[in-house]
Amino acid sequence: MNKETVILITENNPDHLELIKQGLRHAGLHNEILLFVNHGEILDFLFVKGDGPKRKPNTEYLLILNVDSNSIDGIQILEKIKQDNELKKIPVIILTDNDEQKTIEECNNLGCSTYIVKPTEKRDFEEIVQKLGCFLSVIEITSIK
Amino acid sequence: MKKNVVILIAEDNAGHFQLIKKNLWLSCVDSDIILFKDGQEVLDFLFKADTGVYLDDNKGYILLLDIRMPKVNGIEVLKKIKEDKELRKIPVIMLTTTSETNMVKQCYELGCSYYMVKPVNYHLFMQAVQNLGEFLSLEGMRLPFIKKGCA
Repeated sequence: MNKETVILITENNPDHLELIKQGLRHAGLHNEILLFVNHGEILDFLFVKGDGPKRKPNTEYLLILNVDSNSIDGIQILEKIKQDNELKKIPVIILTDNDEQKTIEECNNLGCSTYIVKPTEKRDFEEIVQKLGCFLSVIEITSIK
Repeated sequence: MKKNVVILIAEDNAGHFQLIKKNLWLSCVDSDIILFKDGQEVLDFLFKADTGVYLDDNKGYILLLDIRMPKVNGIEVLKKIKEDKELRKIPVIMLTTTSETNMVKQCYELGCSYYMVKPVNYHLFMQAVQNLGEFLSLEGMRLPFIKKGCA
């Protein structure tokens, strides 16, 4: 991806968010990162609704989405994105504490690009994100109208 | 990535296949790798045509898919996989020399997970595949199981 690609992150754990940002930076990615704590905000942003920030046309986006074990919000966001003819081109990486096979099947069926279970160790967390970042640096992404 | 993962590689260029295999291995990928020399071979395997090798319900699969291949090209293969309600769960990573913007767009529209352009430079190619390998070996990566009855 190029340096104009915007990385969208939904993550409500501040420690994890910091580790994700650090890991990406250590992978050499200095892209703009937009954080969404509330799941409604990310949908408003992508579907250009509401009063909050909205996405820009002709921009490349990538989404790192948390799918909490105790909420179906994350899965619904993935579903809405992948049902939209334009937004479905955004690669969605699930980064979650949910290791249930049922959720893994569901997210892959809906069209997530990758499903990653968060490690418990802080050091492993950063390493995983760094390796993810190194991979992302060698892929092509397409812009959203 | 858990141990029981199979990496499917559809690649008609023998040199590229060796380079991909070697660099995945260098980045500690210890999964089984199955090579398909054209698009038809990989479709025969996935859709259980009479090939003698079959999808295993207890394994997770990832497909690295070239675009320009004889018989059936990568776009057709991607389309057929993503139209199938079970096979669509397989993550497909395009790995190709084609960097045309329209091709990238089309593949994401059809549902590929990622689109990777093979660098022309040998060392950059090796590095890119090693990055891919490290990513595929991530401890936390989880794959769906594909339950494919008779086609």
